[in-house]
Amino acid sequence: MPTKTPGTSIMRTPLGQMRGLGAARSGTGVWWAQRLTAFALIPLTLWFVCGIIRLAGEPRAVVTHWVAQPWVAALLIALVVATFHHLQLGLQVVIEDYIHAENSRLASLLAMKGAVLLLALLSVIAVLKMAIAPG
Amino acid sequence: MTDVREAIMVGRKSDGTAVRRPLSPHLQVYRPQITSTLSIFHRFTGIGLGVGTLLLVWWLVAAAVSDTAYAAVAWFVGSWLGYLLLFGWTVCLWYHFCNGIRHLGWDFRYGFEVQTLRATGIATLIATAVLTVLTWVIGLLVL
Repeated sequence: MPTKTPGTSIMRTPLGQMRGLGAARSGTGVWWAQRLTAFALIPLTLWFVCGIIRLAGEPRAVVTHWVAQPWVAALLIALVVATFHHLQLGLQVVIEDYIHAENSRLASLLAMKGAVLLLALLSVIAVLKMAIAPG
Repeated sequence: MTDVREAIMVGRKSDGTAVRRPLSPHLQVYRPQITSTLSIFHRFTGIGLGVGTLLLVWWLVAAAVSDTAYAAVAWFVGSWLGYLLLFGWTVCLWYHFCNGIRHLGWDFRYGFEVQTLRATGIATLIATAVLTVLTWVIGLLVL
């Protein structure tokens, strides 16, 4: 936080100062994103579990036809994006809590974020492929 | 000594022998309480679900790729290890789901009283058990 010394005035609102100037230098964005994805995942999870139960034991063609419906594909992509965004935010906190050495912490964070991003991309591409070219 | 802060961690006992001062009290000195235990569960189940996403990605990619790939993931999920992992995943999912809603309640400043914390904590455990059993009963009936 910029300290306020006599004779100077900070031409920023308290909210403006707080944004981007927290201990983690990133304000409230991460906190908000974690809550927002959590909130979105409540209905998405319920829908997904119901969907997956109906697909249990079915052959592949039934799965691809289910995913090929535009609204199913859209909800699946929403689920994947929310899940992996929420996951990387959560795992970041875990890594920051337990890995104290600066170098290994940075390396773990980057490796984790890279891996989560790849998993998310793989899932989205798989859903898109089934949605656009099932079979 | 790797850190200058280590210097303040050295002290002497009343008989004069040098000791390393204890760090601030940590988990092992506290009696486990429902609040702290459920909090740790939330982290464990979150990590568990993270590992579980590997199965989700495998399933999606296999379904998109070929019948052979899908047969492989279907075989794994149908094996005893697959069932065990899937059951663990279900428990993690419903626990994290229910306790996550509890967390969202706290964000709206609801439920910080000790009695309420205890009640919502127990409710979370019961709801997790009910939802897990329900998921598997319906899932196995469909099969």
